Amino acid sequence: MNVSTSPKFKENVHGALRDESLQRALGRLKTGFRDKRLAAINNLPEFEALRDQACDIKNHTLENLDHYLLKFEENVKANGGHVHWCADAAEARETVLRICRDKDAKSVLKGKSMISEEIGLNDFLEKEDLKVVETDLGEYIIQLRHEPPSHIIAPAIHVHKEQVADSFRETHKGRDPNRSLAEPRELLDEAREVMREHFFAADIGITGANFLIAETGTSVIVTNEGNGDLTQTLSRVHIAIASLEKVVPTLEDASSILRVLARSATGQEMSSYTTFSTGPRREDDLDGPQEYHVILLDNGRSNMLGTEFQDMLRCIRCAACMNHCPVYGAVGGHAYGWVYPGPMGSVLTPSLIGVDEAGHLPNASTFCGKCEEVCPMRIPLPKMMRHWREREFEKHLSPASMRFGIKAWAFLASRPRLYRTATGLAAKVMNKMAGGRGRLAKLPLAGGWTQIRDLPAPQGQNGKTFKELWAEKQAQKARGSK
Amino acid sequence: MTSSTPNADISGAGKPRVGLFVTCLVDMFRPTVGFSAVKLLEEAGCEVDVPMDQTCCGQPAFNSGDKASAKKVARPLIDMFADYDYVVAPSGSCAGMIKKHFPELFADEPAMLDQVNALSAKTHELVSFLTDVMKIDAVAASFEGKVTYHDSCSGLRELGVKQQPRKLLNSVQGLEISELSEPESCCGFGGTFCVKYPEISGKMVGEKTDDIKSTGAKTLLAGDMGCLMNMAGKLAREGSDIEVRHVAEVLADMTMEAAPIAGKKGEQAS
Repeated sequence: MNVSTSPKFKENVHGALRDESLQRALGRLKTGFRDKRLAAINNLPEFEALRDQACDIKNHTLENLDHYLLKFEENVKANGGHVHWCADAAEARETVLRICRDKDAKSVLKGKSMISEEIGLNDFLEKEDLKVVETDLGEYIIQLRHEPPSHIIAPAIHVHKEQVADSFRETHKGRDPNRSLAEPRELLDEAREVMREHFFAADIGITGANFLIAETGTSVIVTNEGNGDLTQTLSRVHIAIASLEKVVPTLEDASSILRVLARSATGQEMSSYTTFSTGPRREDDLDGPQEYHVILLDNGRSNMLGTEFQDMLRCIRCAACMNHCPVYGAVGGHAYGWVYPGPMGSVLTPSLIGVDEAGHLPNASTFCGKCEEVCPMRIPLPKMMRHWREREFEKHLSPASMRFGIKAWAFLASRPRLYRTATGLAAKVMNKMAGGRGRLAKLPLAGGWTQIRDLPAPQGQNGKTFKELWAEKQAQKARGSK
Repeated sequence: MTSSTPNADISGAGKPRVGLFVTCLVDMFRPTVGFSAVKLLEEAGCEVDVPMDQTCCGQPAFNSGDKASAKKVARPLIDMFADYDYVVAPSGSCAGMIKKHFPELFADEPAMLDQVNALSAKTHELVSFLTDVMKIDAVAASFEGKVTYHDSCSGLRELGVKQQPRKLLNSVQGLEISELSEPESCCGFGGTFCVKYPEISGKMVGEKTDDIKSTGAKTLLAGDMGCLMNMAGKLAREGSDIEVRHVAEVLADMTMEAAPIAGKKGEQAS
């Protein structure tokens, strides 16, 4: 499994906020994703109904997950394919390696797959002397830069085109060193030329899956570059790696969810390519792989079933939550320290690598609720982040100062008389300290606040609380009416 | 205050009795907001009472994962406000806590459920209560100049408070609203978030204050003290002379009663 830097979240944040190049890149989220999503949704009056339908499909499937997974397996086998049930990342990696070894493979082509990131597949295969090439342009760029993705559908969103040109010049040897790589088109053309050679030479093609369809034994991927199609049809062997919750009962169900997926992700009605793979090449097929394998990965998902985190398994990885998240928008994906960033990552990551490791992530949210508002699968992300905070509190993982603060506050707030005295006193002390200026630039124990903003002092010259003033007024009234 | 329909007898039995949930920040930092709420509610035809034993809604503990403490603080409110027709808070966040999260907090206590649901059903954020329940569509207030309005997240997304404050602000004499380019984006307050992750919070509130300044408004309004103190504190730190107020102060025509939140330009904070 990939090593996480989630425990160093605050340091990651510190660096990300000072990374000017990253900050410039994050500025593109609005026009690149948010505006387009909104336009697409405004064009589809039944979008809300489709969201409900998509949720229902996933909820039903999750309640009957064993049934649909077995059915999927049965149909894959009937089509001549193979299904490998893998409990964890190590088992999945070993299974992929075994297939590669059986086929005496030298090279592996990859379509974009977050699961392969989750299980750290590339590094593992490279250590086993296999040549691994990412075929999604964004993934290819970060592969050249030796970086993890910073976004689940736009893995290189943090990279500028000038940096891509630098990577290409460094890696693509034997080309004119003075060639122009200033325009996106030029970068794309060069990537295509280089990629084409890889496609024809590939032994194994590995893709992810957006859906697994139980009734047909089909895996489905959506791409905008067509790289997934080539990866799986030109290779001798196609391996689709997918986590358990990707299964849906029928083709019809997949098409229903597809209607919310691309709109939520990129604002497209459909992605440019939606590819259905059902088994290996048949006798009269013109192309297609000789073998078709599906790696069904659990890696912690089945532990989420039946818990307060089950709803998270509805996620279809559209990235709408991170595209709209102000925290993601401030710090980018790498700060989260593991494979899945943004709100969906803040819920999923603790489930997969442990809340003791990823404890910062569900805390680093204002609960503004924007993620839940835009999630096509209506996943209550803030609520689930709160559930993680509850688990942390129960396990005494939250900082001692915070625990003490909350307990002390609750002690006071459940004793009205004492609370009135204490708040009245505190208001007057702060007021005195502000000295008529109305605000405090420093306050003991409030460094987190005053580090970046002043603290407005309690109102007025005397710092009386509302309840004190209200009581005075009521007393005056009572005297007046006597 | 004017109203499209007479509402003194909205409950059919005299004036509706409103228990004001003051909120801890208004109590300590901004009493004028409490008095503005009382004035607005009374002018709308309500009888207002302030239970003196109220403290906080429990949200800080709830959002910190300490459900036991949250319950300890929240539980007394259920009885305390049981006899009122309505519970009204000058905050979308605190009203949202009672309305949306109390039922969740007490979900494991079936015996409490009826009472909690009843409290939830009658709890409202102040401005939306005035417009949606009391059917007020205009106020008798004046405030000269251009203001901008920040939609606080809890009010907006948990309670649907969006058009209500704008509707009433548009009836204020002399007031002009200049909208933010991103009125619905979070200001970075987030309760304990702003002190747990000050750097992220700082980035968020910095973007918000840039947006505020670019509207050309001389006053920033919102309906939640947490967001207001965050934005006011940042504006003050940046040396801006934009004034910050709770929307209730403007609607109740009580802006003369108190200086804006935080200090004026040129005064060094202590």
